Amino acid sequence: MPDDETLPVRSSNDIVVVRQVVRMRAVEIGFNLVEQTKIVTAASELARNTIDHGGGGSARLQSLRNGGRAGLRLTFEDKGPGIPDIELALKDGYTTGGGLGLGLSGARRLSNEFEIQSRPGEGTRVTITRWK
Amino acid sequence: MERIPILKMNEFLLVSIQVDMHDRLAMTLQDDLTDRIVRDRARGVLIDISSLEIVDSFIGRMIGNIAAMSRVLDAETVVVGMRPAVAITLVELGLALPGVRTSLNVDKGMELLRSSLARGGNGHRDAGR
Amino acid sequence: MAIRGRSRLSDVVSKHEAAILTDWIKEQLAAVKAADRIGEAELRTECARFLTLLKVALRSDGSHDVSSAAWSETRELLGELSRSRARAGYSPSETAAFVLSLKRPLFDRLRGEIGGDADALADEVWQTTLVLDRLALFTTELHQKSRDEIILRQQQDMLELSTPVVQLWESILALPLIGTLDSARTQVVMENLLQRIVETGASIAIIDITGVPTVDTLVAQHLLKTVAAARLMGADCIISGIRPQIAQTIVHLGVELSSVITKATLADAFVIALQRTGATIGRATKA
Repeated sequence: MPDDETLPVRSSNDIVVVRQVVRMRAVEIGFNLVEQTKIVTAASELARNTIDHGGGGSARLQSLRNGGRAGLRLTFEDKGPGIPDIELALKDGYTTGGGLGLGLSGARRLSNEFEIQSRPGEGTRVTITRWK
Repeated sequence: MERIPILKMNEFLLVSIQVDMHDRLAMTLQDDLTDRIVRDRARGVLIDISSLEIVDSFIGRMIGNIAAMSRVLDAETVVVGMRPAVAITLVELGLALPGVRTSLNVDKGMELLRSSLARGGNGHRDAGR
Repeated sequence: MAIRGRSRLSDVVSKHEAAILTDWIKEQLAAVKAADRIGEAELRTECARFLTLLKVALRSDGSHDVSSAAWSETRELLGELSRSRARAGYSPSETAAFVLSLKRPLFDRLRGEIGGDADALADEVWQTTLVLDRLALFTTELHQKSRDEIILRQQQDMLELSTPVVQLWESILALPLIGTLDSARTQVVMENLLQRIVETGASIAIIDITGVPTVDTLVAQHLLKTVAAARLMGADCIISGIRPQIAQTIVHLGVELSSVITKATLADAFVIALQRTGATIGRATKA
């Protein structure tokens, strides 16, 4: 399996594929079951955001080896309308898509590192990393 | 089109979710289940998620919706068999499934529905009190 | 100056191998009282093997780069030695002394061989020092690594030992927590509890924290998350044995515990748990 690959995130089926590939990567890195479940769930949330709010995009999966630490970094990118107020978007329960509004905030809680870049009109990029 | 089968067991319906659900399948299940509750005059719904390796906020919302809709149609919903790793992750995600009753397995879920029916009211155990 | 790249050290070692071995062992027995922990026979075997390998390595590698392939067997031997000594409780300096105590015997022989040529002697001594120091550092590093591994393994062992989930009754589990709870330990303990709930089909779990001296916010949050997770799975938790100081801490920290059943003692919790599962207890009246 490659250490760095990019998957399309355009349809509901793509979300399923992203979940499966993230799971395989997490197993390969040696995450325990709870860690696997957390990163796969975070990936599912962000992939759905990419489709619902960004109009589709891509998911990049990178297996990391940093000295003695192993981890998984996921980057979701879209060319959608972007997020005008990131602080607000990160609040629990804030939603524009009719969901529960837990996507971004939840994904942040499920990972060790979280980074978001967004410009109105240009798109959004969310990067999460989970270390073993 | 693929569908998740709904089994009738006396006055209860049993849905066993076996696959990694994509979103459309989840929406179809919601429609099918409400139809069946009315058609079969079901008094309770058991949703067995012991095969699910993850529950994200989308699936969580669907489960919450099913529970709420069933209640309106006078049927109780019990979610059974959630795995420990899934439960830990849901809590971290911030999803407590308020108003959804839970049980360890199908047998215990059935027991819960029966005793709740016998008492003729809502049971005491909510997932997110 | 001696010709660079081809030291005379290997010749000296070959020529005086037996004498060097004897001196070296004497040196070690005197200095670190190695005989206390390790038999003289065993020490002799190790030293002899090391000298043989050293000789071969010195001959095939003039650069004295101890990380090169020529030294791989020497490194392997030192690795084995460091690990076994770390396990036996040697300190890093005691472990490094194995290599460092070889200096004097080697210097003595070098002086005997080329004592007349001060420049050559100084050069050889310098080269020998470099090699032995590097090898000694190598043993220290490995020693440290072995100690770390031992500590890690012991931590894991302790984690498992210190957190037994016990079945009190049909459908009732108890988790008596003892000792300080840090975030990592709490997490492992809680995952373990949830797993046991699935395995046993228990509908109630009692988490007893009588033996826990303090609870900080993070640990309190973990406890609450566990209760919430158990509920999602279909089991209830009761927290028992909350000591007065901990009750105060919890209130001061603003942790919301009202949604959780709490009892003063494990016994009180057990009674509630029995009632919940439909069992009744009472004293049998004497006939």
